[in-house]
Amino acid sequence: MIKIKTDTIINKVSELCGDINFNLPQDVYDAVSSYIKNDNSVSDDILKQIIENAKIAKEKKIALCQDTGTANFFVKIGRDVEVVDDNDEKSDILSAINKGVSDGYTKYYLRKSIVSDPLNRINTKDNTPANIYIDYVDGDKIEITMLAKGGGSENASFLKMLTPLDGWNGIKNFVIESIKLKGANACPPVIVGLGIGGDFASVGLLAKKALLRKIGSKNIKEEYNTKEQELLEEINKLNIGPMGLGGMPTALAVFIETKPCHIASMPVAINIQCHSCRRKTIII
Amino acid sequence: MKLTTEELIKNIDKLSAGDRIELSGTIYTARDQAHKRLVELLESGNPLPINLKNACIYYCGPCPNAPDKIIGSCGPTTSSRMDVYTPKLLDNGVKILIGKGKRSDEVVKSIKKNKAIYLLATGGVGALIAERVKSFKLIAFEDLGPEAIYEIKIEDFPLIVGIQGDKTCF
Repeated sequence: MIKIKTDTIINKVSELCGDINFNLPQDVYDAVSSYIKNDNSVSDDILKQIIENAKIAKEKKIALCQDTGTANFFVKIGRDVEVVDDNDEKSDILSAINKGVSDGYTKYYLRKSIVSDPLNRINTKDNTPANIYIDYVDGDKIEITMLAKGGGSENASFLKMLTPLDGWNGIKNFVIESIKLKGANACPPVIVGLGIGGDFASVGLLAKKALLRKIGSKNIKEEYNTKEQELLEEINKLNIGPMGLGGMPTALAVFIETKPCHIASMPVAINIQCHSCRRKTIII
Repeated sequence: MKLTTEELIKNIDKLSAGDRIELSGTIYTARDQAHKRLVELLESGNPLPINLKNACIYYCGPCPNAPDKIIGSCGPTTSSRMDVYTPKLLDNGVKILIGKGKRSDEVVKSIKKNKAIYLLATGGVGALIAERVKSFKLIAFEDLGPEAIYEIKIEDFPLIVGIQGDKTCF
């Protein structure tokens, strides 16, 4: 067994909170830049602001977006890892990650956007609790992927229980109609995470995991790779455009994740990610 | 086109949806919970923490400011969440609204009726907008944290006219 101290996890997670909120991933930066045409259009103005914003955020350590998001963590723990505290006693990774979030959001002056109850709405003042999803894998390392997810694009996301005979066309229509309805509010250009299959509970997570892929990466299933391209083209024909003011692009990418499901069901979840796509993976 | 909030209010009817401006002056942040409280105060006849006459409301919940900075990241939030309260504020004197995204038909009508204007800021560029802020001060509802009302003095804030008169740019 390899022992990993909770302090190490806390410090790495805290740093990660600052890192992802100050540094736009290179693939997103490049994708946005590729649409700049220097034609003095409104859409061009907005794309240039996004690039200028990324430069300022990185240089001056000001958060890319004031909505520094819900802290989501996708964790893969090696089976040979034991998480221990300072006294070498068995400890728990969930509280270590939450402590890292609390430290990081405070240390880097990030906005605390979490309320303790959906109706009473009292701010927890340290952006905890985080959403943490854990998988166990072979090995002696911990891989932590953080996604800081803003509320605006989350509010433009949808989940629907389609049925098998709705088929691919049913899914496509659901995606297009959802983006027509709420796309302009989700800070386009967006990235679309599409989960298909599983059940009511798991399809949302599938869509969220789809957002972790890098722009330009291919779906390992060839048929879904083609479907991603087809949907991206259809979405970009909607002319919603940057910030909903028309032009190109409405979406930078579509990513699909699938899962086996019940013979009667075809759950579909659409998780929208704004252009301020803050994600990064670290390995401890 | 560079304008102060006073110049903008005087010339509201000369602007048209899609026009690009750079605004300077004093604005107040207010999001969901601050709107709820302002309208509750109005309805109960109690005094308000800000003067609504000719006021500019910015839908924004900024990041806290680091010791060496005036303000943290401070871009707009989605305006439509405030739609239900907006006509009441416009009827009580607010002239300029700043946010992102579409508004309801009721808000569009109320903007026209009150000769007000809705301006669009780019979402997700809060660091760029923070560079245009000259001062930042807590005004009311401190318990709401990022959702409190703050007074912000801005210089050359890049905006697009979203709704004015009969026209909207969506």
